Amino acid sequence: MSIDLKTIKHISKLSRISVDEEKADKLAGDLNSIFNFIEKLNQLKTDNIEPLTSVVETTLKLRTDEVKSKDLREQVIKNSPQDNEDYFVVPKVIE
Amino acid sequence: MTDITKQSLSELVKNIKNKKLSSKEVTKAYIDRSEKSKELNTYITENYSSALEMAEKFDQKPNLDLKLPGIPMAVKDLFCTNNIRTTAGSKILNNFIPTYESTVTQNIWNEGAILLGKLNCDEFAMGSSNETSFFGNVQNPIDKNLVPGGSSGGSAAAVAGQLTPITIGTDTGGSIRQPASFTGTVGLKPTYGSCSRYGIVAFASSLDQAGPMAQSVRDCALLQEVISSYDPKDSTSIDFKRNEYSKELTNNIKGKKIGIPKEYRIDGMPKEIEDLWQKGIQYVKDCGAEIVDISLPHTSYALPAYYIVAPAEASSNLARYDGVKYGFRAKGENLIDMYEKTRSEGFGTEVQRRIMIGTYVLSSGYYDAYYLKAQKVRKLIKNDFDEAYKKVDAILTPSTPSSAFKIGEKTDDPVSMYLNDIFTVPVNLAGLPGISIPAGHDTNGYPLGLQIIGKAFDEQNVLNIAYAIEEKINFKNKITDWWIK
Repeated sequence: MSIDLKTIKHISKLSRISVDEEKADKLAGDLNSIFNFIEKLNQLKTDNIEPLTSVVETTLKLRTDEVKSKDLREQVIKNSPQDNEDYFVVPKVIE
Repeated sequence: MTDITKQSLSELVKNIKNKKLSSKEVTKAYIDRSEKSKELNTYITENYSSALEMAEKFDQKPNLDLKLPGIPMAVKDLFCTNNIRTTAGSKILNNFIPTYESTVTQNIWNEGAILLGKLNCDEFAMGSSNETSFFGNVQNPIDKNLVPGGSSGGSAAAVAGQLTPITIGTDTGGSIRQPASFTGTVGLKPTYGSCSRYGIVAFASSLDQAGPMAQSVRDCALLQEVISSYDPKDSTSIDFKRNEYSKELTNNIKGKKIGIPKEYRIDGMPKEIEDLWQKGIQYVKDCGAEIVDISLPHTSYALPAYYIVAPAEASSNLARYDGVKYGFRAKGENLIDMYEKTRSEGFGTEVQRRIMIGTYVLSSGYYDAYYLKAQKVRKLIKNDFDEAYKKVDAILTPSTPSSAFKIGEKTDDPVSMYLNDIFTVPVNLAGLPGISIPAGHDTNGYPLGLQIIGKAFDEQNVLNIAYAIEEKINFKNKITDWWIK
């Protein structure tokens, strides 16, 4: 299997990371060597194996749905790169 | 009395409790040494003046019943600290000031400890050499040209260089144990679910675990009993009976069965690693434990599976960095352009690489071939350990396939960097506890570590075996203070 520049462009779009030509070339090389390494897994037959999703067999605990913290508006907004009183501000999305 | 910064945590606690030392004296000693050690680049954020104030406050009304009374310590900059900048070693969080505290650090402050500062690490804990940090690489106190390992490289270097008596790191694939091994220090990765992940900047949620790093097994045990707690704020936190690990620490491991997995004898492993392992086996025997040959047949598949599971989870966790709610924002022509430029300029090369791998293996048409396959292999790896633990109480292996490597040596070849974690990654995939203890030196005089892997929730046994071996080895770290002019 080989990851070509078209695939790199596609992944870059999905992951919302802009990639120029030079970076795409380098990434294709790196990803191909990493995937060559990963391909080793195909040597294993895993047809009847249950996938492991959690190392500890446990069911998630339920709790009552109650408010435990309040008045967090200021804290939540505090680290935003650009804010306007009570809102996060983003570049204009509607013309 | 010996120099303050040369004392172990246990000695410092005793001296503060006996009023032979004040918290301020101890805090000042570590600050002075840290100030003289800037060349190591261990700190991202210093908290010195506030630490001194807190130490004074502690001395005015000392609560000597606490486990860490007035003890200053620095922590890995992956733990959110209320009102103190937390960067995860990334440009994208360069200006992030949390409005809440991680559970693990809160547990530490509740026992009387004082924050000295935040320690350098690989960006988002992705790396094995601390070279992916936005804040530059860290020098290994052992030798100027060596990496300290990673991702908890700043933490390991700060303990080895005596800039903090103890610290905490996080370990997703070896990030506590590998740097501990490279710096001649002790590092424990606890069982998954033992320490809360609340407030730790997430990398791979099914693998991440916080743990103690120190100069000795006893100090590690004490810190582990402080940080380990059940926390409803982390849905994967486990409610089990936690020991007072330091109180129950014993070097009596007579009759314990210790497994030696043949698959860890990999091709091309340096002879000195094999010799170290044999030495470890002999020490364990001398302590009256029994050696049992075991097989963990899927070991060689652990790294490839890890490099699907960890990037997949990372790509999902790191989707939150979009330049909107917190962190760095780049200018863009529209919303999508802003997202793409923010992430391209805000994340470093290795982090982008892993987000891309993760995005790819989770993308439509590839999920079954990669992610599902890796989860099945993960099951096989866990089954290997389950089988082994029917016959043995713990497993002894080398911590790393080599001693610390040179700065820049592996930065151009990601796969050779990943191979560093070959002995540590299986432990994370299976969610088990593992400790690295310094056990010898290579021909250059660089430290080498041995790893003890235990059953889930059996930290006590892991610590006891480490404690028994530590006593036999009597390891002395070769720290020359070369960086202090």
